[in-house]
Amino acid sequence: MGGGGALIVAYLSIIVLLPIAALVSHGFSISVAGRGAGLAFWRWHVSFGFRTFWSAVTATGARNAIFLSLWLSFAVAAINAVMGVAIAWVLVRDRFFGRTFLDSVIDLPFALPTIVAGVVLLAIYGPDSPIHVDLFETWMGLMLALLFVTLPFSVRSVQPVLASLDLDSEDAARTLGASGLRTFFSVVLPSLWPSVLAGFGLAFARAIGEFGSISLIAGGVPRTTTASYYIFNLTAGFLWTDAAAVSTALVVLISANVFARRFQKRLL
Amino acid sequence: MRSHRWTLRTIVLLYLGILIGLPVVFLVLKAFGHGFGAFWGEVTQTDALSALKLSLVIAAIAVPINTIVGVGAALLIARHDFLGKRVFDTIFDVPVAISPIIIGVSLVLAYSRIGWFGAPLARWGLNVLFTPLGVALATMSVSLPYVLRSIVPVLNEIGQDQEHAARTLGAGRLRIFWNVTLPSIRWAVLYGVTLTIARTLGEFGAVLVVSGNITGVTQTLPIYIYDSWDQRFDVLGSYSGALVLALISVAVLSILAVLRRRERKLLVDFA
Repeated sequence: MGGGGALIVAYLSIIVLLPIAALVSHGFSISVAGRGAGLAFWRWHVSFGFRTFWSAVTATGARNAIFLSLWLSFAVAAINAVMGVAIAWVLVRDRFFGRTFLDSVIDLPFALPTIVAGVVLLAIYGPDSPIHVDLFETWMGLMLALLFVTLPFSVRSVQPVLASLDLDSEDAARTLGASGLRTFFSVVLPSLWPSVLAGFGLAFARAIGEFGSISLIAGGVPRTTTASYYIFNLTAGFLWTDAAAVSTALVVLISANVFARRFQKRLL
Repeated sequence: MRSHRWTLRTIVLLYLGILIGLPVVFLVLKAFGHGFGAFWGEVTQTDALSALKLSLVIAAIAVPINTIVGVGAALLIARHDFLGKRVFDTIFDVPVAISPIIIGVSLVLAYSRIGWFGAPLARWGLNVLFTPLGVALATMSVSLPYVLRSIVPVLNEIGQDQEHAARTLGAGRLRIFWNVTLPSIRWAVLYGVTLTIARTLGEFGAVLVVSGNITGVTQTLPIYIYDSWDQRFDVLGSYSGALVLALISVAVLSILAVLRRRERKLLVDFA
């Protein structure tokens, strides 16, 4: 790789690898002590560390937060999978005034800083809602924020695939007497499935780690404390070891999801 | 068939209206609610300006570094084979795949006083918790992959024929890069840089963990927006800052759209 490659690896180590290693080792309370009595010492130490990890991760607050993040992310990814197909369909197949504008609006949640989304969503769906919809400190408020930030993943995964589909088979189905809905479900949807799943995975991963957009509408009560919010609360109280343990658990969950996606990509 | 089309169109427009349209219109109305003068007053007050300044300084550090690293790494991935290439490639996605909050926590556990390297760094007077240095590191981490991810597909697409021809004609490696490779990836580089700038200016979670939210010292513009709303109850200040960042992201989207028209291989893929 040469000298340039070595510099890049050094940079990656400083800003990614060493911090993640430090995180996991703090999570499991692994300390590298020079002294110690050989193998027996290590066995004792690591098992002790795992116990602190386990108690941090299974504390009521942590368990509830992780559970909330998991089911919310799943629900959000599922809703946006359906809406993503609908939106992509309208953008690709429909023709009406303002369609190009609509197409560029889809990327806004990507480009908009998450805290801006948080402020605006709270303003409009919070206690002072001008449309009298108060979702402050409710799971529906969290869901709205997560639907907002994950929307582009769901639409943009499906859209190019839908655009590249051959219209012939759909015409054939229709000529043979299939209704519009039937054509969609038995001809179009089967070829869209992989991209819908890919969008689902991306949206799920994004939702489970999301913090900025939900940080205000969550309000800080236990019933709306997601995993990332819980970790932030721990850091605000300087409980770094507990924060490291819950973070490690979340990293494992997210990377399991990433690996599953890669495996799924190889199957297709 | 026609009725289906109308139903679908209505559902989609309604969904996008509730999720995106309403909030955007509302933000503009609120920020200018007390007139343009009040908005301008909020944006130009001392704390807001120092937050904006810190955000720009951090971007001025993080963007060039991540651009050089991204271009270098893209060339390695697209033009060379080496042991561990897939792992190397995957590492770039780690900071955006895991939660920004977790990035912040891991930087603290590595480089602050309580972290792995806290003691030796402290001897040099360096600390990442509650310092601009920590803010810079957090920002560099979360904006790592965008240049790389924008360039690699284009490098793969254009292939190596021209580079080989240049080499046969006796050009050195640097000359090939400046005269052959860089001109053909310039739009992709610009695309990646635009994405990096957007992420750098907007990062919230990772910065919040390491910054400690010290006004004038570690407060970036996103943190200022949060602080105005949550701690100081300065709602107009919060809306005004948010509108500034929203306008920047609209500009970013427009630049990206122009670049995509020039180079069709560029994707909207921020993931």
